[in-house]
Amino acid sequence: MIVDVVGGILLAGLTLYAALGGADFGGGLWDLLAGGDRRGRAPRQLIDDTITPVWEANHVWLIFILVIFWTAFPPAFAAVMTAAALPLWLAAFGIVLRGAGFAFRKEVEALHWQRLFGAAFAFSSLIVPFFMGTVIGAIASGRVPAGLARTDLAVWTGPTSLLIGALFVAVCAYLAAVFLTQEASRRGDDRLRRYFAQRAAVAGAVSGALALATLVEIHSSNPALFHGLTHRGLALVIVSAACGLAVIGLLATGRSQALRPLSVLGVAAVVWAGAWPSTRRCCPAPA
Amino acid sequence: MHVTHVLAVAIGQQVVPARAQMATTLGFHIILACFGIAFPTVVLVTEFRGLSRSDDVAMLLARRWSQVLGVLVAVGAVTGTMLSFEMGLLWPGLMRTYGAVLGVPFGFEGIFFFLEAIFTGIYLYGWQRLPGWIHFYTGIPIAITGLGGAVAVMAANSWMNQPGGFTLSHGKVVSVDPWQVFFNKATVYETPHMILAAYMVVGFLVAAVYAAGIARGHRDRYHRLGFGIPFTIAAILTPVQIFVGDTAARAIAAQQPVKFAAIEYVTRTGRDVSEYLGGFYVNGKVYFGLRIPYADSLLVGFKPSTKVTGLDSVAPALRPPAITLIHLSFDAMIGLAFLLLLAGLWALWTWRRRHGLPRQRWFWWLAIACGPAALAAMECGWIVTEVGRQPWVVYQLMTTSQAATTNGGVIDSLTAVIILYAVLGVATLTILRMLARRWRRGPQAEPEAGVPYGPPAEHHEPTDREPA
Repeated sequence: MIVDVVGGILLAGLTLYAALGGADFGGGLWDLLAGGDRRGRAPRQLIDDTITPVWEANHVWLIFILVIFWTAFPPAFAAVMTAAALPLWLAAFGIVLRGAGFAFRKEVEALHWQRLFGAAFAFSSLIVPFFMGTVIGAIASGRVPAGLARTDLAVWTGPTSLLIGALFVAVCAYLAAVFLTQEASRRGDDRLRRYFAQRAAVAGAVSGALALATLVEIHSSNPALFHGLTHRGLALVIVSAACGLAVIGLLATGRSQALRPLSVLGVAAVVWAGAWPSTRRCCPAPA
Repeated sequence: MHVTHVLAVAIGQQVVPARAQMATTLGFHIILACFGIAFPTVVLVTEFRGLSRSDDVAMLLARRWSQVLGVLVAVGAVTGTMLSFEMGLLWPGLMRTYGAVLGVPFGFEGIFFFLEAIFTGIYLYGWQRLPGWIHFYTGIPIAITGLGGAVAVMAANSWMNQPGGFTLSHGKVVSVDPWQVFFNKATVYETPHMILAAYMVVGFLVAAVYAAGIARGHRDRYHRLGFGIPFTIAAILTPVQIFVGDTAARAIAAQQPVKFAAIEYVTRTGRDVSEYLGGFYVNGKVYFGLRIPYADSLLVGFKPSTKVTGLDSVAPALRPPAITLIHLSFDAMIGLAFLLLLAGLWALWTWRRRHGLPRQRWFWWLAIACGPAALAAMECGWIVTEVGRQPWVVYQLMTTSQAATTNGGVIDSLTAVIILYAVLGVATLTILRMLARRWRRGPQAEPEAGVPYGPPAEHHEPTDREPA
């Protein structure tokens, strides 16, 4: 019962971080891919404007997840933190570089300094979700041994980990592009709306493909989770797929209403379908 | 037998780099945390003055300071996250056993920081968008949540010094009393000590920037106000801090006698214990220290016959390492506190005599020194409490070696952290200097709606005022 409540809170934190924090990371990814100073100016400005007031608050969900994880499931937390130490270190360094790069970029005037700090922000927006994904993959494929082991590449470099790492990156990019499409549309900037709508559709398709590939991979790496996803969690998987298709359909027809809630629901459904059985199975009951 | 011995050595080897890394990241973050705790109040006091007296100079200072606050809170948010990761990555043994207990204060800290982040966002972006007093009121929650966050984090740290509020059964925590965890025996003095320290660090550091300007002859109202507001806040709190610190030292003598013995070079338990100022501690002897007979007993119990517990009360393995470092850090903290007190008294004396700031050049040199001095005093205090608690991570319950990670390679993450934080520190200071230079060029160099990002290359004027 208490496990369910705490697991539910953890899940809520994961969902909010995936949806809100994920979109902020995705903003960094599009910043990375926006091209040169001239071509990338308008999308970068929009990304900067959208992320600036919210990223610190969105970032706090990560701290909540860590605190609830270690409070409710201390042995599991210690086990993950030991076995998957390397990707977690890389993610932590990425988080420092990212936040500092983002905050510094707006305070400097000279273009080469903006480029330097912008690169730190954008590049770490790529590596943080990737390495966090590999850690989730390590947990999902049951490679984290109980107790305090030693860190091992095999724990987080399995196919499931790499696929989930890539999936995280793609989903962040997808969410951000959807949010930015809607923001551009709200501002009446049709050029930017089309710019991000295209990217949202591509990122959505890539996310869908990676999600399918991950599902296939989980079939062999973690049959129990696969069973959960295709039986108890099937409805959620279908909801997620339907939301993704609906978003791509809306984007293709040039509409931008309901984009945000649909994309968030699509991502949230995957988090619930995947994480709910995992929190109950992987984490021992709080003592 | 052989295997366990090798394992113990291997684990032991991770403790020292893990402690060094925790010290580096915490020592860095605490500076930013001070700004998160205390700077909003300084900004709000200034904005209040600006609004209530229609003082444009005060408003300009408040707006510029809040821009600095925005940068520092952002850097503090991510260096704070690093610490959350390190709790697990460096100290999984601690979290595996006491995660449920430490979750209580850190959970509150998370909530407070969440609110602080939201209101900081509103406050920073409200400068051009909200009417004066409404904008001022959106800043109040930042100051309150900053204090709340400080209380929560200090509850966690003081709990490690005076653990309580949980039931242990077969090495597992089976129940937690959040109230007792949060308000443990050490919270009552550690928390006010740190909050006052935060106000002093911010007050004296910000004042030092404007003192430097005044020392170079910029005695205009902008500099006088920029110096006067933060300096007054810090100087008023200095005697309060000395009183709180004195109380804390006496509480530590009672609650953590071995830490106190290390602080005061008390080798053997006894009465009529001398106090040492300075000096090095080698093999139970003090070299080059100034010995004041009976003073330590007097300070602990107000009479020479007070019994003070010595390092000999516990086995050598249970005594803190680097006793000289602990003692000298303590002495430095006290010495610097009195230097700060002197600066405050000097300003007060001049103010009483002729209602103005001191004219002596010496005073302004002292005021500049007060910034780094307050910072150094705070860092010294952290060295005293953290190194002094060793070999325990949770006092008398878990050693730091038991808490440390079983992974090798901490030396690698330590190296990476040192490089990353060195770059981060230099970058932060460079950005602040760039801001100051931009402000010195005048208001026209200060765009109202933030700095536009990424101007087309050909529109960008070549600059020769880049920081080196």
